[in-house]
Amino acid sequence: MRNIWIIAKREFDHYFISPLAYVVGFVILFILGAIFAAIISSASQQALYGYGGVPEFATISYWFSILMWILVPALTMHLLADETRSGTIELLLTAPIRDYELVIGKWLGSLFFMLTIIAATLIYPLILNSLVSPGIDQKLLMSSYLGLILIAASFLALGVGISALFNNPIAALAVTFFTLFSIWLLIGIPANFITGSGAEVFKYLDLKSHFDSSLNIGTINLSDLVYFFSLIAIGLFTGTTAVEIRRWR
Amino acid sequence: MIQVNGLTKDYGARRAIDNLTFDAEQGEIVGFLGPNGAGKTTTMRILTGYMPPTDGTAVVAGYDVVEESLEVRKRVGYLPETVPLYNDMTALEYLKFMASLRRIPNTEERAYETLEGVNLRDRADSYIGTFSKGMRQRVGLAQALIHRPEVLILDEPTIGLDPQQVVEMRNVIREIGKDRTVLLSTHILSEAQQICDRVLIINKGKIVTEDTPENLQSRLVGSQRVVLRVRGDSDGLTNKITKVKGVRTVESKSDGSVEFEFSAGEDARPQVAKAVVQAGYELLEMRPVGLSLEEIFLELTRENSAETKAS
Repeated sequence: MRNIWIIAKREFDHYFISPLAYVVGFVILFILGAIFAAIISSASQQALYGYGGVPEFATISYWFSILMWILVPALTMHLLADETRSGTIELLLTAPIRDYELVIGKWLGSLFFMLTIIAATLIYPLILNSLVSPGIDQKLLMSSYLGLILIAASFLALGVGISALFNNPIAALAVTFFTLFSIWLLIGIPANFITGSGAEVFKYLDLKSHFDSSLNIGTINLSDLVYFFSLIAIGLFTGTTAVEIRRWR
Repeated sequence: MIQVNGLTKDYGARRAIDNLTFDAEQGEIVGFLGPNGAGKTTTMRILTGYMPPTDGTAVVAGYDVVEESLEVRKRVGYLPETVPLYNDMTALEYLKFMASLRRIPNTEERAYETLEGVNLRDRADSYIGTFSKGMRQRVGLAQALIHRPEVLILDEPTIGLDPQQVVEMRNVIREIGKDRTVLLSTHILSEAQQICDRVLIINKGKIVTEDTPENLQSRLVGSQRVVLRVRGDSDGLTNKITKVKGVRTVESKSDGSVEFEFSAGEDARPQVAKAVVQAGYELLEMRPVGLSLEEIFLELTRENSAETKAS
């Protein structure tokens, strides 16, 4: 357990000296800030004319979920691929730590960094809360944040797993990007063309059915939690297996 | 400390090491000598728990490298050939990170101590990315030493260093080797002779021979070769030298020099010199030619095949 923390801490610290991580953080906060400003101003315009709804945090969290699959690959591509490329993997694999401790440590390090960014976005609901009366739905807010954290955790786990498969970070970036894009959009498409239990399967695999139309509207189902934890397990298992295979080659 | 028995490793169809058997005691510096691609790095990677062997067993510091890999890794310090370092960390941060992975209680104190040992204390807060090759090598060595391992495995520790740094590195290794087991690889014969108590010569994945450097030297130097150079034309010189007692072979080189060989027991050099001068040549140079590693391999493999035929 301690080994996991040591690896996680080193990785977490590493993000704070990495220009790319700052770019990712900046892009997320800048775009979400711009969208936030837009929905506030349009809501206030509409309010002047006496119609329109109350601005909702769910709009922000929806866009955040999209930014996540675009930007998570940039945060995970280096995690194990860089170690392989530079040869430092030899250092880690001959240190007295288990392969899964290395992979989980890398994942947690990236997750803590992402949680830092997610924490920074709390500023938007705080502002929103002071603007609308009688304040925002706090339970819905918590559900949205739970969803965002689960998306981050599962995307990062997949990213770590894919990074372990490659010794070139750019290849890891491309494959992670495509994988996350598939989960977010492509995999749900067949559900529109077929019916019956087959459609249910594809619908289940689609991330949107677990966030956009579930956690982000305030419902927390066991099946959503199972979905995200399965993705985390797949990612970490892939990573550990890839590291083990590297040893045997 | 290290017992290797029948160790074999295949990379796909290619056999990298083939049925290696050797051991190393505590307080012994064992040199792994061989050309590139001989299987030195593969053997070291197996002994450090980086990869499992295809066949055979290896016991390091009392633990099996496959069954008890973590126990082995706790007790082994390893400097890989690539010297893996994080360029974005300072020397101190890097060593603290490695020390924490090794479960050392006071990481900062130990990191400073170890840096002291490799003469880098004053650069503790510099980023590794700014270090010279020699300094990187020393940080790598510090990393291998941080947990005071019983067994130290060093892959080409002096490669890429300047002569001054090579001497320093050798002194450090000799110091460490007094009470711990050191296995180091090199492809420089003189280096193996200078620091090792015992030398294993490995070629194409097999141990060709194993001996102390002194014995190896005398076994190999059954005959001695000398290059001789005279002013002007060396025509007819070979005939004169051939006639000298004790000379086995004479060969005139394209650059005008002459190379001759005599049995180690009877030094033919004074007679040759006399004969050359008496024949009216002006003798400019006469120097012994050391055996290069390639020649040693040729010598040893020839020896081996002759033995096989005889038996």
